Amino acid sequence: MSARGRVLAVNGGIAIVRSERGEVHVAAQPGWRAGDLIDDLAVVRAYDAGDYPEPTTEVARMPRPRIEALHARAKALAALRAFFSAREFVEVETPLLVGSPGLEIHLDAVTAGGGYLITSPEYQMKRLLAGGFERIYQVCRCFRAGEEGPHHSSEFTMVEWYRAYADLDAIIKDTEALVHTVVRAVSGSSAVKIGGRSIDVTPPWPRMSVREAMRRWAGIELAGDESAAELVAKVRIAGVGVADDTAWDDAFFAAFLAKVEPAIAALEQPLILEDWPAPLAALAKRKPTDPLTALRFEAYVAGIELANAFGELTDPVEQRARFVDDQRIRRDRSREVYPIDEKLLAALAEGLPPSAGIALGFDRLVMLATGSDSIAQVLAFTAAEL
Amino acid sequence: MYDTSDIRKGLKVLMDGNPWTIIEFQFVKPGKGAAFTRTVFKNLLNGKTKEMNIRSGEKLEPANVDQREMQFLYKEAGDLVLMDQSNYEQVTVSAEMVGKAADLMKDNLPCTVLFFNERAIDVTLPTFIFLEVTASEPGVRGDTSGNVQKPATVETGAEVMVPLFIRIGDTIKIDTRTHEYVERVNKL
Repeated sequence: MSARGRVLAVNGGIAIVRSERGEVHVAAQPGWRAGDLIDDLAVVRAYDAGDYPEPTTEVARMPRPRIEALHARAKALAALRAFFSAREFVEVETPLLVGSPGLEIHLDAVTAGGGYLITSPEYQMKRLLAGGFERIYQVCRCFRAGEEGPHHSSEFTMVEWYRAYADLDAIIKDTEALVHTVVRAVSGSSAVKIGGRSIDVTPPWPRMSVREAMRRWAGIELAGDESAAELVAKVRIAGVGVADDTAWDDAFFAAFLAKVEPAIAALEQPLILEDWPAPLAALAKRKPTDPLTALRFEAYVAGIELANAFGELTDPVEQRARFVDDQRIRRDRSREVYPIDEKLLAALAEGLPPSAGIALGFDRLVMLATGSDSIAQVLAFTAAEL
Repeated sequence: MYDTSDIRKGLKVLMDGNPWTIIEFQFVKPGKGAAFTRTVFKNLLNGKTKEMNIRSGEKLEPANVDQREMQFLYKEAGDLVLMDQSNYEQVTVSAEMVGKAADLMKDNLPCTVLFFNERAIDVTLPTFIFLEVTASEPGVRGDTSGNVQKPATVETGAEVMVPLFIRIGDTIKIDTRTHEYVERVNKL
């Protein structure tokens, strides 16, 4: 066996070497064999694992925690693929360069090559569902202009998966098991250790409706069909300042971010936040028994919003109406208005089976598994480092 | 006008007629919600801080604030007189603006003076200052357990707590933010 790498210290015929992978080896001069006795060896300096000096040369400038995070990332990806493969999901790759990047009113796409880079692969994946695939997943880069922060990078990695003929409950179970599997594969433990806390991600996770969360933590009774002005009044009574002309969703998020999210972040367990009010349905179906509630959930761990899932809207007429509405809102707010994906609507018209799907931030999952508090710590290079 | 993409630490903005500097900011975007920048501002006149959410599209007005490097000349009845060496312009400010560190200021000390609408509103000292000890009792032998300190007077007349081994004539490094001894400096 031989060791290649950077020599940290040498004494006599013994060298302490740090390999390119960051492991520490003790290398002996040719002729020496394991088991040979060496007397009177003066130690130049002993290094504890993790205590030896950082490399100082140009090529090795990448800080050690980053190298470890990239190894963790690779492990997480391998565990994730094994997870889906064992559940007979087909891994798919849909185009990143598209003509319609999605109309979600709070997302801006990056333009490229006469079109746009995807903000999410959902339209093309739904076309695959309509085409007969029943269990598909994808790991791909998504691009969202202007999003840079501790939990955001404008280019990031999404894990998206769908189940035809399944409901959100199956997706919740997938999510819990996937996070548990990946965290264990990376850290060897079922607990996420982050910010001095330890949060066990063993399934099942507690579930709470958005209405219950708003009632418990913000003291707001959310109807789901109140006007924006009525909601603004409720939010103000809860002690959160919002302007008179605030839109329904903005008023909701003002209260949510001020009162609910900090409470979720303080929980010692993960949380499935489900049953979102209809105005925040996005591409989710409404509950047949309760049209004011959408079949949507978000998964939170240690205050990180990890994933968002929908019971998919399969009705092409309602889908078109929502797209047209989104276009109108984008126009009103002076945001670029993207074209409607007619091929998606055509696929829905031909028949999308009842399906449920979810988008999970892979970088955030790696953050949890490695206990990192910033997305920059788990990326090979951030935008600022290019 | 600035927008959310201009937000960075140290940006000086005008709000309610007051100059504020940004001391912290964070991009926030709830899933399916509008993005904003959670921003902490510090009032440059009274030091008070406030947190505000600045939404994409909102504008911030730049404050007419500039920084000048000036030299400390002398104290005068509770005031400090400083001079801009490039044009010999002098400015007088209240010593309260510097706080307790005022008694560490020695002649010719380089300082940063902040002006708002041509009025001096803040003086920043170098973080560390080097001063000679002019008076201090010798340390008592045997009294060396733990972090025992004794008072010492430095050349500006200020009193600073120092370790027992410090003697008259030593030069010591002092942190102007905390008014605390940092280390002894060997003379060259």
